Amino acid sequence: MDRGKAELQTRELTINMGPQHPATHGVLRLVLDLDGETVVKCTPYIGYLHRGVEKLAENRTYLTALPLTDRFDYIAAMANNQGYCLAVERLFGIEAPERAQYIRTMVAEMSRISSHILWLGTHALDIGAMTVFLYAFREREWILDLFEMLCGARLTTSYARAGGVRNDVSQEFLDSLYKFTDEFPKRVEEYETLIDQNRIWLKRTKGIGVIEADEAVNWGLSGPTLRGSGVAYDVRKYAPYDAYGNVEFDVPVGKTGDVYDRYRCRMEEFRQSNRIIRQCIEKLPRGPIMAPDAPKLTLPPKDNVLKSMESMIHHFILITKGPIAAPEGEIYSAIEAPKGELGFYFVSDGTGRPYRMRVRAPSFVHASVIPRLCEGSLVADVIANIGTVDIVLGECDR
Amino acid sequence: MNFLEAAMQPGSVDFLYNIAIIVIKILVVFGVIMLHVAYATYFERKTIGHMQVRLGPMRVGPHGLLQPIADGIKLFFKEDIIPAQSDKPVFFVAPVISLVAALTSLAVIPFFDGFVIADINVGLLFVLAMSSLGSYGIILAGWSSNSKYSFLGGLRSAAQIISYEIAMGLSLVGVMMLSGSMNLTEIVKAQEHYPLGMFLFPQLIACFVYTISVIAETNRAPFDLPEAESELVAGYFVEYSGMRYGLFFIAEYTAMIIMASIGIVCFLGGWNGPFEIPYVPFAWFFLKLYLLIFVYYWIRATLPRYRYDHLMDLGWKVLIPLALLNIVVTGIVKVLL
Repeated sequence: MDRGKAELQTRELTINMGPQHPATHGVLRLVLDLDGETVVKCTPYIGYLHRGVEKLAENRTYLTALPLTDRFDYIAAMANNQGYCLAVERLFGIEAPERAQYIRTMVAEMSRISSHILWLGTHALDIGAMTVFLYAFREREWILDLFEMLCGARLTTSYARAGGVRNDVSQEFLDSLYKFTDEFPKRVEEYETLIDQNRIWLKRTKGIGVIEADEAVNWGLSGPTLRGSGVAYDVRKYAPYDAYGNVEFDVPVGKTGDVYDRYRCRMEEFRQSNRIIRQCIEKLPRGPIMAPDAPKLTLPPKDNVLKSMESMIHHFILITKGPIAAPEGEIYSAIEAPKGELGFYFVSDGTGRPYRMRVRAPSFVHASVIPRLCEGSLVADVIANIGTVDIVLGECDR
Repeated sequence: MNFLEAAMQPGSVDFLYNIAIIVIKILVVFGVIMLHVAYATYFERKTIGHMQVRLGPMRVGPHGLLQPIADGIKLFFKEDIIPAQSDKPVFFVAPVISLVAALTSLAVIPFFDGFVIADINVGLLFVLAMSSLGSYGIILAGWSSNSKYSFLGGLRSAAQIISYEIAMGLSLVGVMMLSGSMNLTEIVKAQEHYPLGMFLFPQLIACFVYTISVIAETNRAPFDLPEAESELVAGYFVEYSGMRYGLFFIAEYTAMIIMASIGIVCFLGGWNGPFEIPYVPFAWFFLKLYLLIFVYYWIRATLPRYRYDHLMDLGWKVLIPLALLNIVVTGIVKVLL
């Protein structure tokens, strides 16, 4: 008996969760040390989706680097485009006309809805509520159809331009979108009937992954992940950009900073985004969609390029050399992307290409907090915690 | 006296006749239940599909009616991958244990009056024993695969089935007390004097406990922790492929049908209905069966998954005390009346 005892050892079980795991939302890899079902240590590994986007941008002009930004947070490409364009506008010292600002605000909020819908669906699916996922995807499909109607692309939109937007919105699009905003709050209620008061859902989310306000700030969290802890920080309110200064909306905040509060925050943001979109449609001013002083940042219309010599040369120069008059200097510009604060930092050496483009991606910051949330909890909570910080690995790895 | 000698005895025609009848009964039950298992998957996909604003299978045959057959053929011809480091004999035998345990229980279920393969006196006990044996299949599968995910799935399953077995067994004690028998046919007959011909109302608590325990026992959502696809990918059978995987699937659905049948026999009055349907004595039984199976799917489409420790809490702190309370109350009522 004694010998048997001496040979028996207990040690932690190390399991590799991801990069191919249904609940890691892409290619996040977590190495978990388990004591039974309890997580003793959690180590995230990132970089499986690294494409060197920041470096790629250095070899592209300010115009042609834009499509790269679609591939950061590919669920909310519109918001990325907007963030990039605002940073470039700030660098060049131009401002988009009002109509373009409203349109950009509108589509950014649409992408926030689409991003939160995807988050809700996958988060609920991870926790086991399968139906929410398919309900959510019904509305996501609707939004993507609207995007397609607007600019021909569903995911990688590249719709915003430095100095405005690519094309004007049609009345047909606005009507469809308005109809969507009529219907959408009812759909949000539908999601809530499934999980909001569900006892299993409450047990799985309340008191799980708690992070206090001051700690959340110290970790550099932003967006709904931060607001769930009760910090009312929202770039749209603190440094309004585009048309956010002209529309009314509330910033929902949580109290305890657990998975449930973050869930409530995002559910409330559905309604606020809906509200913003409605206001944008109602207030949409007439006028140009491209700043008059931004011709060097936009391609001439395709018809002209095919017909007139002048435009073709213009097009050629823009694509190959880029805008020549980029002022020297550095600029940081941030927006409130669906996941959190998305910042673009440019260093310009006066050529047509960025000397350095650095992206402050919320997903990258949020991925780092996962071990803090997971350690000491159960395996099932790891899933809830990955869902609640809402990371997209395309943005995290870039 | 061995079988051959018995067959040679005078009057052996009766003996052979009985054997032939039993074999035919076995084949009929097996065939019918296998068909039900195949179409239970189709029914599940259709039901949940429509609950989730989609159509479910539509491609194979009209409205996807041939989908289960296509799935079966596909599984049959898939490569059978066996992990190099697995414990092979156990790995081979695990799905068979699951399936055999599930199918054996069919022997004691009375589908209608007088139709039961083995009318034994400890029918209920037999079913409970077999369902416990079935969990060996899951535990051994998880262990022999030599994969950490399967292992975790197997462990969860062991804990879950032990906990819920108790609650389930205790919830059936009340039924045994009221009917005074463990023979399933007797249990059905004992219910005829009760309201609606069911034990449902006198044994409401037990029925509640039984229904929940059964969902846990068969590893269905929201208690599908051993195979939680978002946590353990597929849990205990993650390393299985081809028909071996198919066997687990068949075992799971057969177990669902068995457990629903026991529920019908013990709480819903078995083959008896509000009125007699002529020429189809099994009609009520199967209608009730479809209803219960639908409820399983409905629950799966609605609820999120329990967490491991919450599951244990529910089993030990709620269901087992409730079942015990039910036994005490049933006993007191029975003595007083």
